[in-house]
Amino acid sequence: MSEYKVTQSKAPVFFEYFDRKDENRHQTHYCPGCGHGVAHKLIAEALGDLGVQEDTIVVSPVGCSVFAYYYFNTGNVQAAHGRAPAVATALKRSNPKATVISYQGDGDLAAIGTAEIVHAANRGENITVFFVNNSIYGMTGGQMAPTTLVGQESTTSPWGRRPNNEGFPIKMSEMLATLEAPAYIERVALSDAKHILQARKAVHKALELQKQGAGFTMVEILSPCPTILKMEPVVARQWVHDVLTKHFPLGVFRDHKPEFTPVDVPQKPIAELLGITGSKLTEEEKHSRRQHTRAKTIKVAGFGGQGVLLLGQLIAEMGMREHMEVSWLPSYGPEMRSGSANCSVTLSHERIGAPVITRPEVLVAMNEPSLRKFGATVKTGGVILYNGRALPEDLHYEGVSVACIPASEIADQIGSARVANVIMLGALLEATDCLPFTTASHVLANFVKNQKLAEMNEKALAAGRDFLDKEILVGAVAGPDGCGE
Amino acid sequence: MRQLCKGNVAIVKAAIMAGCRTYYGYPITPASEIAEYAALLIPQAGGTFVQAESEVSAINMVYGAASAGERVMTGSSGPGISLMQEGISYLASAELPCVIADIMRSGPGLGNISPEQSDYFAMTKGGGHGCYRNIVLAPSSVQEMASLTMLAFELADKYRNPAVLLADGFVGQMMEPLELEMIEPVIPEKPWAVKGTKETRQNLISSIHLTNDMMEEHIRKLEKKYIAIEAAECRWETYRAEDAEVLLVGYGIISRVLRSTVDLARQHGVKAGLFRPISLWPFPSKALAAAAKNVQKLMVVELSTGQMVEDVRLAVNGQKPVEFYGRMGGNVPSAEECQAELFARMEVLV
Repeated sequence: MSEYKVTQSKAPVFFEYFDRKDENRHQTHYCPGCGHGVAHKLIAEALGDLGVQEDTIVVSPVGCSVFAYYYFNTGNVQAAHGRAPAVATALKRSNPKATVISYQGDGDLAAIGTAEIVHAANRGENITVFFVNNSIYGMTGGQMAPTTLVGQESTTSPWGRRPNNEGFPIKMSEMLATLEAPAYIERVALSDAKHILQARKAVHKALELQKQGAGFTMVEILSPCPTILKMEPVVARQWVHDVLTKHFPLGVFRDHKPEFTPVDVPQKPIAELLGITGSKLTEEEKHSRRQHTRAKTIKVAGFGGQGVLLLGQLIAEMGMREHMEVSWLPSYGPEMRSGSANCSVTLSHERIGAPVITRPEVLVAMNEPSLRKFGATVKTGGVILYNGRALPEDLHYEGVSVACIPASEIADQIGSARVANVIMLGALLEATDCLPFTTASHVLANFVKNQKLAEMNEKALAAGRDFLDKEILVGAVAGPDGCGE
Repeated sequence: MRQLCKGNVAIVKAAIMAGCRTYYGYPITPASEIAEYAALLIPQAGGTFVQAESEVSAINMVYGAASAGERVMTGSSGPGISLMQEGISYLASAELPCVIADIMRSGPGLGNISPEQSDYFAMTKGGGHGCYRNIVLAPSSVQEMASLTMLAFELADKYRNPAVLLADGFVGQMMEPLELEMIEPVIPEKPWAVKGTKETRQNLISSIHLTNDMMEEHIRKLEKKYIAIEAAECRWETYRAEDAEVLLVGYGIISRVLRSTVDLARQHGVKAGLFRPISLWPFPSKALAAAAKNVQKLMVVELSTGQMVEDVRLAVNGQKPVEFYGRMGGNVPSAEECQAELFARMEVLV
């Protein structure tokens, strides 16, 4: 007997035996003449040549190549249908040194996964996509693909693909080449030895570019599917050459690194980033701080732009600094878009139940619609602070104190309409005594970095307080401090 | 020191504290601050933020990062969560840990952006395909948005399972004092992860099991894990439940309304108590049955037409009458309203 000498063997990047398979561990699950085997081999050889087997992760798709992990002796992640580019995006960002491959068929990439491939390409993810286009669905058994040719029959285009019903085959390489980010896109064909050699070069180049950090690379591989196309393997290869490449022209569609200047984000220590500062007060200290506060439920309402939500936040911030229990809840419904806003603030000495306030003790109404909407909800013994010279003639409130403060006018005198809410804050503190003025000054100073605005805020706070001091609350039954606690 | 913080922002801060340096998401009201603050803070902590092209992509990026062994999270609300359900099923099957925040809004359909609690079924029963479970935690305050986020990361890693933070829009949008302390997160080793290294080359993340027996074996394995979680991870809180003759049950923002209702009812001479599930899955059935042992009646309040109420009924197993009161569309009942509803349902008692 003559001796056999092995001159060609499997690429070392493949497993010796395909132990992840249930049976026939020496052969692939692909049909005779299928292009996937050749495509796998080209990839495995390139990974070996580039010496990147250890750091490679192959993301396998849904379709015939769902079992790519049977063969590639690399890290493997199997993805949902069409989502491989999204999965590969995160794998690469978590492991920037890894070589990450997204291996996809035409249904996976060009139908169900169009969003994922377009945006991975557009972000310039530094991954390599191998797009095997055989113009038909294989795994599910011969249904129409987005790349099925006009007139080509499939089980879901039984009269042949009709442009009037199914549109035209989609040219992904051309489409993606219109984006700015991709570094390299080429279409090749597994039709004959000459073209397979060209495919080999393209596969190698794409992976090499990834290794260099060039960005998004894709090789579209026109591939024969003899079983579904019901052709002899040789005929199927010839069909790829004669027919498929006529509709999907071969060539390089993109070959240059995108140009941009990377913007780096400044780094911060975690404590600073998360706002963890200062030391804890003792219970005694907290208690003594709370002595100077009063529990209140407050509704602030007005137009968007009047600083309504901010005023609520300032009050909550002040309460928190005085070691009260506080909550702030904005109305964030569609009304926000139509220009009105309101928020609920609870200042309490106990754990707060519902932060939603339906019957506030204090209403700060920055405009007339807000007064009309919420005025009647104020609890008996409560306070209404209205931004205006006087109540509209038709409005009367029984059992609550009402103060009218022309805050917008005073704000204009101070120099900025923006401080009207701070004037109302001054009035609120004067009327309810719920929090000390000194705290308000501190909180305001912290919120506002602009020196001029900070000075105006100080004036506004004092103006609100002084205005109310002189004003007699209308219809007061229990005085401004008389809200039950 | 305490800081005034929005619920959604507290999630991001706690995630960073828990060692999460990877966020993939897509904006949606009322969850957008999660993505916005992740975009602002995580890169400053040396991490990765990517705004995906859709929630479908976002959850699959989470799948990729979790495959790489990262502590990773995403956040969304109803419509976005619906899009993520496919990916969540894959994550559960592939046993990948991750944290998903669902800040619930009104639905079905586009609904509106105001708060509801109508994703309870979708998150606790498995909104995607197949037999799987999410660990579901329901915060009711800003402080809990932080503490339960950290717990969610811990449980996700411990059980290699998606963990969900299920909060309503109120808890997401409100501001309260948040107290964070610097901790060094304990992140377990993940020898199963795929990292593009020699050591992890043999690893495979997959959810495909080709033969009937292999598939059944995998599902049994997951089932066993879920039973272990049910045994070990039930969490709840009670308020004045010891001597209660009527037990109110609610989670999230409603548990806070009901706390006030308990006090109101007692002022009117009705001994009410509160049972608040903190873990919605596993549902604290045994604890609830025990708390309900001596009561005459239970009343469940939800911002839905009644979802958790089914688990309450299963927990008391027909032994006690279970009443229900629900509000929808962004309407939240006041403590007084809940008290009135309670009294209307127990005329015999009053």
